[in-house]
Amino acid sequence: MPVKLAQIASWLQAEVLSGHALLEREVLLAHAADMMSDVLAFSHPGSLLLTGLANPQVVRTAEVAGIRAVVFVRGKRPSEAVTLLAQEFDLPLMTTAYSMFDACGLLFAQGLRGWSLPEGRA
Amino acid sequence: MTPPQDQEPELLHAFTIAANDFAGAGQVSIAVKNLLKEVGFSAQCLRRVAIVAFEAEMNVVMYGGGGGLSVYLAPALVRLVVEDQGPGIPDLDLAMQEGWSTATPEMREMGFGAGMGLPNIKRNSDRLEIHTSPGRGTKLVAEIILT
Ligand SMILES: Nc1ncnc2c1ncn2[C@@H]1O[C@H](COP(=O)(O)OP(=O)(O)O)[C@@H](O)[C@H]1O
Ligand SMILES: [Mg+2]
Repeated sequence: MPVKLAQIASWLQAEVLSGHALLEREVLLAHAADMMSDVLAFSHPGSLLLTGLANPQVVRTAEVAGIRAVVFVRGKRPSEAVTLLAQEFDLPLMTTAYSMFDACGLLFAQGLRGWSLPEGRA
Repeated sequence: MTPPQDQEPELLHAFTIAANDFAGAGQVSIAVKNLLKEVGFSAQCLRRVAIVAFEAEMNVVMYGGGGGLSVYLAPALVRLVVEDQGPGIPDLDLAMQEGWSTATPEMREMGFGAGMGLPNIKRNSDRLEIHTSPGRGTKLVAEIILT
């Protein structure tokens, strides 16, 4: 189900850290991981990434894997350098106070899906 | 006419990968992606090349003590050659297994060390060769056929 980033931010009561002008962009499905190899192996292009990591590799992994936006969970905040890197790649970043489980659950309840369900891949 | 696959790939660019530069790790692969974007082939191929480059680059940073990544291009093929003069991989069959890793807790905190790098590289390559011996470093040659 395509969902606008502005809608994601509102559902997660998230603070947008980069890509303020890109919130009309849509994500098609979502992937949650703290291991970047897991993102590279399993995520689908066009996904939203939810993660508890906030280092430069998250942004580079997103760029490599075709991730459309990143949500940091548990109130994680990347450094200024990471935010600048994301701006370079036109990658919206946001942070939510919700835990990984709760953030995923809230998005799922609204209809967003992952790649392991047929609706997610549709 | 010779099929394009038979043409020997030509060197497009050679990059240096700095040792233990965790903050910068991955930037070479982004540069590879940008370089190939200009050449212009499918997003899916570009993604596969970038994933192979990225995992290989991370390994050179984390284990190889720095090294190099060269990109070769033929009309229907990208070849990545990623080399280091690090400790080598003592048991390659074991290292190729998903989940096997000697990563430190610091590396795991960065999001790497799930033991999925080499399997990811294999899955995204159409041909993969790894030459390695203890004390003499590691050379990985991966080819991706362009579609
Ligand atoms: N360039 C290298 N030099 C030395 N050892 C390596 C290199 N690449 C991989 N290895 C070894 O192979 C293991 C598996 O690598 P990989 O599949 O990428 O998983 P990970 O990096 O998550 O551990 C590593 O933990 C390491 O012990
Ligand atoms: Mg690895």
